[in-house]
This record gives sequence, structure tokens and C-alpha cells, in this order.
Amino acid sequence: MSRRPSAVSRRRFLQSTALGAAAAAGVLHAPAVLRAQGPAIKVGVLHPVSGALSYSGQQGRMGAQLAIDEINAAGGIKSMSGAKIEAVLGDAQSTPDGGNAEVEKMNGAGVAAIVGGYASGICLAASQTAARYDLPYIVDVGVVDSIVSRGLKNTFRFGPGFGVIAKTAIDSLVTINEQASKAAKTLMIVHEDSAFGSGLAKLLNTQLPERGFQVLETIPHPTPTRDFNNVVLKIKAQNPDLVIPANYYNEYVLLARTMQQQKVRPKGIYSVLGGAASSYKFVKEFPEAAQFIMDCNHWFDPKNPKALALKKQIEAKGEFYTYEVYMNYSCVLLLADAIERAASADRAKIIAALESSTFAGHVMPYGPTKFVNGQNQGAAPANTQVIGNDIQVIFPAAFASAKPVFPMPPV
Amino acid sequence: MWSPVILVPAILNGLMTGAVYALIALGLTLIYGVLHIINFAHGALLTAAMFAAFFAHQWLGIDPYLAAVGLTPLFFLLGYGLQRFVIGPAAHGEDRNILLVTLGLAVVTENALLYVFRADTRTINLPYAFDTIEIGTAFLAVPRVIAFAVVIAVALALWLIMRFTDTGKAIRAVAKEKFGAELCGIDVAHIYAVTFGLGTACLAIAACLLLPTYYVNPTAGNAFVLIAFTIVVLGGMGSVSGALAGGLFVGVVESLSGLYLGESLGQIGIFVMFILVLLFRPSGLFGERT
Repeated sequence: MSRRPSAVSRRRFLQSTALGAAAAAGVLHAPAVLRAQGPAIKVGVLHPVSGALSYSGQQGRMGAQLAIDEINAAGGIKSMSGAKIEAVLGDAQSTPDGGNAEVEKMNGAGVAAIVGGYASGICLAASQTAARYDLPYIVDVGVVDSIVSRGLKNTFRFGPGFGVIAKTAIDSLVTINEQASKAAKTLMIVHEDSAFGSGLAKLLNTQLPERGFQVLETIPHPTPTRDFNNVVLKIKAQNPDLVIPANYYNEYVLLARTMQQQKVRPKGIYSVLGGAASSYKFVKEFPEAAQFIMDCNHWFDPKNPKALALKKQIEAKGEFYTYEVYMNYSCVLLLADAIERAASADRAKIIAALESSTFAGHVMPYGPTKFVNGQNQGAAPANTQVIGNDIQVIFPAAFASAKPVFPMPPV
Repeated sequence: MWSPVILVPAILNGLMTGAVYALIALGLTLIYGVLHIINFAHGALLTAAMFAAFFAHQWLGIDPYLAAVGLTPLFFLLGYGLQRFVIGPAAHGEDRNILLVTLGLAVVTENALLYVFRADTRTINLPYAFDTIEIGTAFLAVPRVIAFAVVIAVALALWLIMRFTDTGKAIRAVAKEKFGAELCGIDVAHIYAVTFGLGTACLAIAACLLLPTYYVNPTAGNAFVLIAFTIVVLGGMGSVSGALAGGLFVGVVESLSGLYLGESLGQIGIFVMFILVLLFRPSGLFGERT
């Protein structure tokens, strides 16, 4: 008997709490209405901020948030009476499944579009899931080419894919070598053994011999690898003119340090999407090991004042200006431009606006923006080289800030 | 490929790497031998020690080798406290509970480190990190030679402690016959905690030896622990000299199989060895027959 009244009172309690919550929500919404501003536009910001890729994910999220803050501070989306952009943050936990789950959540939260993914595997899965809801998805990095060749209407990639990067890398290498009167004839490839490194090594192994290089040996290694002494011993024994590493940050740094330690100094170290080769962190921490290393990678336009201002802003926070930052920054600006022109948070209208985008307000060294089947045709990597305590762009000529130093001068 | 120009440095490198493996395995085998539990928090504690050594250098400018002098007693106390006030009481005398508690500790420690320090990979650039000693055709990195020497010294010290001090004798007594030791007036809870402390102190030393040539991030320790488990089994559970010999052995096997089978397959050598030992000498290569 004594239970009954308590059950009733609990129900009453719940009712009153619900009413209270509704009232509170109403009060909280009121100021937004008073400011005569459109309702906020929700945008999904998806990155692997935990797990193996968390550093890259956190950097990417930072870039996206900076762009959102900037747009909101400048008055939001003007064609929608100054509507603010509201980030719906998601953590893909460094797995494709994690990415999928977040897309579902974001769709439930009513986002207008999603930006991010970082790793190819996450981008592939997350964009596919987003396609089910006709949800526009802008890939921030993901370089695997199948991301944009599946015929998904909703998926856009602003940056370059694997094929373009590899082709540019080989073309630039041939040019650099010819300028140095063909100093390099032999080379060795050191790559990590997952899809990224192995795929690249395969590509290089078929294309480089056609361009007059002899591949002496291709050495795969797992991630993580604790010790590179054996790899360096093999390099030492074969003595190639060029070493081409394709691996992630930690292994790249260990390899470069071990080469320095074992006094192995080829004529050049040339990377394609090298994990640390064009990283300010690496240059700052190991200036000697990093010296004269060349890379073909995502890079910002060193002649764009906006890119340099962003660099200052990031460095003032004590963070490193990595490619994840400016690529996500550019992708969010691209999306905001599309929403501005669509004058709507409607998903189909945003997709149409992205398809016809000629957005130029980004910070990348790209050609004119034009999407064909979701791929930006203007996207291209840049060649960089560590010279002194800085990273200089050496190719393409239109964006270059220095001439390549090759072969490496003796110590 | 078989020329001594490559073979000799590869073996020497294997010994250097193996020494650090051995030290990490020493801590693990000690805890296993006495408490009869597998300490899943070993990797996370190693990572924590590496962060401690890193920040000792970053904030206080203390060289990692010097930091070892302070960090070793500190981590001994940490390990002692963990066993005495967390793992012991939470276990309620059940071994499988201990397993879960250490697993929980590992998850908590790793994620706390991730939360505080983010996933950033950190390295120290020391002036002597690139110095080498030339032995024949081999260039041996100075920090690795130092690590090798320190590990041998630590293993010797540990062996002496276990052999000749009262605490060492008590530890061995508890390991052999817990109930009997308790009847003789040995405080088992205290001995458990001391053992756990010694194991954790080994990690602090290992962390300080690793840092000049390696990096630290919130999952850095895990790369070593699977190897350490293998060494513990190879060397015979709970055996100090077994862990040392096993560590050096695994280092050389890894180095040579990496050289001849490729780095991707380098670890296969270790695990093939591991399976063979489990099949034919379950008490370990260097363990006493039970």
C-alpha cells in the first residue's frame, strides 16, 4: 500500500520536470529569436580524435573549428540572415565503424553536411553511410581514389587523390634529377606494410624503372617498428643514390634518426606522402636529421596571406601547422561558401551548390576549383624541402619559395 | 647478405634492443613469480614512466639518466601503493579479480594520459643521442650501449637482492609457499606490495633508458609488453636470470629474422620460437622443471 502514492508522485515529478525542461528550453531559445537571426546551421565535424590516428584527428578538428569560428565571427551565413554555423563534433575512433556510427548520430542530429574523415578507410565508409541520407560529405584528406570513383552524388573531395599525388611526385623527381644532371640512378624504397605504403611502393616499383631509375630493393616494415638499425644496415650495404621512405610519422622519424646515427647519407631522401618529411614538428625537434629531406605532400600556398595568418594563429596556440589543419580549414570554408550560395540548409541544394563551386577563398596551392564526379580538378600536391630551419616549397614553380638542393651537400 | 659487415652489427643491435626488453620482462616476471598474476597494467605503467622521464627533461631540464635516480624510488612507491591500496584490496583474494583490476588500471592510465597529454608523439633531442661507438664495422649508438650496461647491472643487483637480503628471501618464500611464509611471520601483503614496487621500479629505469632513442605517446608502452610476455614464458615464469637471457635471445632472434625475412615478418621468428617452447619445454628455456 505504501508504494502507490510514491509511484504517483514519481510520475508527477517526471511530468513537472519535463514541463520545466520545456520551459527552460523555451527561455534559452528566446534570445536567438530576439536577435532576428536565422536558426544555426548544424555541420558535422568528423575526425578520429581517439585511437591510433588521434593526433591527426585532433589537428583536423582544430582546423575545422577555427574556420567555423571565423565564419561566425564575420557574421555567419549572410544569405540566411546571418545564421551561425554550429559544429556537431564526432569521434570516428580511428575505425571505419566508428565513422559510420557518428554519421548516423549526426544525421539524427539534423546536420546539413559533414566535413572530415581523415583516413581513407573512414572516409570510404562514412561517405557511403551519408549517401543513404543524401547528406553532403566533404572528404578532408582521404587520398584513396576509390573515394570519388563510386558514383556517390553526395561525396566531394577538395584535396588531391593518390593517383595525382604519385604522378606529380614522379614527374617532379625526374625534373629535379635532370636539373642535377641525373645524379641519381639507383634507389631504395622503405615503406610501411599497410594499404597506404604498400600501394605506393607498388606504384613506384612499376613507374620508376620506366623513368630511368633502378630500384635496388624495396623494404616493407610494420607500424609500429621499434628499431630501424637493420633497415639502415641494408641501405648501407646497397648504397643507393636515393632513399624513398613512405611511412607514418613515428617510423619516419626513427628511420631518419637511425640513418643519421649510422652515418648513412645518400644523395637525396625523397618521400611521397612522407609521415614526417614535411612536418614542422620534425624539423624543430631534429633539424639535423631532417635537413634537405624532400617530400611530395599536401601543403599550403606559401604566397597566400590568409595561409600565413592562419599559420601564425596556430603557432601562437603552441600547436604545429600540419596539413590536417589547413585542409580542414579550407574544406569548411568551401562548405560555407556552398551554403551561402544555396541560401538554404537543404541537403540537395547544398550538393548542387558544391557541384557548381568555383570557390577560391581557400589557402591551398590549387588551380581553379571545379568538381567532376566529386573530385576537385584543381587539387594538387606540392613538393617541399627542409632547408635550414624551415620547410620551403620547391615545386610547382608558381608557388615555389626556394630552389631544390640536390644532391645533398656533404656535411 | 651473410657477410659479417651486416651480420655482426645486426647481432649487436639485437643484443642492445634485447637488453631493454629484458628489463621490462624482469618487472613482469617478478610480479608473476610472486603474486602469480599477469600484470596487464605493465604497458600502461611503462608509458606513464616514459612520460615522467620526458617531462623531467622538458620542465626541469633533467637528463633522463639522472632522472632514473629519482624516478626509480618514486615508481617503487607508486607500485607499492597500487598493490597495497588498490589491487590487493580490490582483488578480495581471487586471482581472476586481480587480472581484471590490472586490466582496468591499464585502461584508466592510458586514457588519462591521452586526455591530459593528447595523442601527440614526443621525443627528446639530446646532444649525445647521435654519438656512436665504433666496434669493427658496427656503429653502436651510445645511449643503447649505456642501456645495455645498465640493464646488466640492474639484473645483477636484483639477483643479489633476491639471493642475499632478508626481503629477497621473504619474497622467494612467499613465491614458493604463501601459507607457510605467513606462518613463519612474513607479512604477505607487504611482500606482495614490495614485489609489485620492484617490478614497477624496473619500468622506471627502462623508460629512462628508452627515451633518448625512442618516442613516447599514450600507447608507446604497449609495443614492448607483448614481447615482454613472450620473454617471461621463454625464460621461465618468475626467473630473473631467465628473463635476462630470454630478453637478449629474443632481441637477437628479432633482429636476425627482421634482417633475413624482412621487417614485416621480423616478429614471426619470436612467436614461432614461443610456440615451440610452449610445445616442448612448457616451463621455459631457462626455467626450472616443475
